[in-house]
Amino acid sequence: MSRLIVDIAGKAGSGFPICARFESDAGITGLFGHSGAGKTTVLKMIAGMRRPSSGRIVIDGQVCFDRETGTDLPPARRRSGFVFQDGRLFPHLTVRRNLSYASWAGRRQMSRPFSEVVDLLGLHDLLDRWPDTLSGGERQRVAIGRALLSDPAILLMDEPLSSLDHMRRAHILPYLEAIKQETKIPIVYVSHEVDEMARLTDTLVVMSKGDATSFGETAEMFARLDLGPALGRQKAGVVVDGLVSAVDADWGLLSVDVDGQTIELAGTGFEVGQPVRLMIRARDVSIASSIPQNLSIRNRLRCVVEEMVTDDSAFAELSLRIGSQIIRSRIARKSASELALGPGQEVIGLLKAVSVERRAMVTKAGQLTRP
Amino acid sequence: MSEAALSIIALSAKVAFAATVVSLPVAFAIAWLLARYDFRGKSLLQAAVTLPLVVPPVVTGYALLLLFGSKGAIGQWLYEWFGIVFAFRWTGAALAAGVMAFPLLVRPLRLSIEAVDPGLEEAAATLGASRLMRFMTVVLPLVMPGILAGMMLGFAKALGEFGATITFVSNIPGETQTLSLAVYSLLQSPTGDAEALKLIIASIVIAISAVILSEWLGRRIGRRGAS
Repeated sequence: MSRLIVDIAGKAGSGFPICARFESDAGITGLFGHSGAGKTTVLKMIAGMRRPSSGRIVIDGQVCFDRETGTDLPPARRRSGFVFQDGRLFPHLTVRRNLSYASWAGRRQMSRPFSEVVDLLGLHDLLDRWPDTLSGGERQRVAIGRALLSDPAILLMDEPLSSLDHMRRAHILPYLEAIKQETKIPIVYVSHEVDEMARLTDTLVVMSKGDATSFGETAEMFARLDLGPALGRQKAGVVVDGLVSAVDADWGLLSVDVDGQTIELAGTGFEVGQPVRLMIRARDVSIASSIPQNLSIRNRLRCVVEEMVTDDSAFAELSLRIGSQIIRSRIARKSASELALGPGQEVIGLLKAVSVERRAMVTKAGQLTRP
Repeated sequence: MSEAALSIIALSAKVAFAATVVSLPVAFAIAWLLARYDFRGKSLLQAAVTLPLVVPPVVTGYALLLLFGSKGAIGQWLYEWFGIVFAFRWTGAALAAGVMAFPLLVRPLRLSIEAVDPGLEEAAATLGASRLMRFMTVVLPLVMPGILAGMMLGFAKALGEFGATITFVSNIPGETQTLSLAVYSLLQSPTGDAEALKLIIASIVIAISAVILSEWLGRRIGRRGAS
């Protein structure tokens, strides 16, 4: 049985209906959607801060909510560690007392040694500080540590990075990856940032207008055209997984093998054989019917048109298959028509830009690396 | 200082202290209600709490006499069931002082409760803290400055209370004659000036000490938050 089972319906604060159905076993499950889609409400329902009108929530085998039997455990009795958007550290307690709050005020046993969590999140120098002297990033790290030390069966994170600027965000992401690797606690991670989702999550629940019932593996979800509006048109893209096959230090380029085809991108500090996850945005993928000459774009991939969706807008959305993986392309509807594109057709996908979203955290020896 | 003066000061301190300490839990409960809940009749409750501040003290004293006097509805009942007597006793003086100080206690309490983010209690709940523990470890420490400020104001008001006290329990030396009443009596007599001055100085010293004490306590608590 999955460690988190959510199958609920209810109402959001503003009154619109909410429906959520997904399961999570290990790794990070992203709950993704626009602001106001109801993501936080779903998270609060899992934690017991808001009551669904029907359904069931099971955390690690413990039924926390069941409309049928009338079960509804209060938040204090659900083993869910919650990381709030604004941290919510207790201002009258030192970082140390904040971190250990669950053991002295919540009577939760510390299943994980205090020092281990302090090391994992790099909190050693902060222990005797007061919350109001911490930077935003430090505050969120303490909040994550506090939740980890409450003996949680799952971690619920409500846009934990949204109050941070880009630099600080980039600084915290590796910590989240480390938590995922080392604690094995399932994490439900709410965000409206495509990049965070692509980098962190293994499973993705796409939430749109209160409905959070479509979920699947992150790469598959990104490739689905029907979720375009929910994922955001401008930022729409896919993630593909590959292995570094060559490093060219002279030109600062990196070759990544994706199901037998090679993608070149700029990047340094990689090793051959390292698994990486790439983000390819639909707007950065052009299509040619034959290999073009004299073009600066280096990535020319043979692929097959899997599906094409057009509407009244100027654009056509295509999904292209490379081996077992899917990338998306967004081109002018007129071009699609002139090239007479359709499902099953072999074309050349021209990739203008590719970025590495995730360097694999575990090397072959099983050691953790923090990029 | 004469023995008479010392006993007056001791009685006043006793009356003011009892008034503040006994009304504090009631004031806290009402401040909590006003700060955290919306209910029918909320503005009515708010008005009732403020009443002693705006009604002439003599009127409050008279109302207390009607309700808590030996023939009063509540006074008679309290005597028959619990043997508690307010009329013309120091307890009556404390009751009058407590009622008059009540609005001054409620206001800072309410403001400090409103300043506590309920989200912090929510966070404490997800960390396993029971309702009681959330109150003890999160709410109480955060509203402590408000409690101190309220008690200080309440104590000062109780110490200086005059109108309601003299109307309700009269001016009986050794029983209900507090500082203010004693000063008033002394000033009425042609030879009382010197003795009155001593009491006046004593009352100023007590008041200033109370302010300094509460400031000091407040700073101690405040410092914990500022490292």
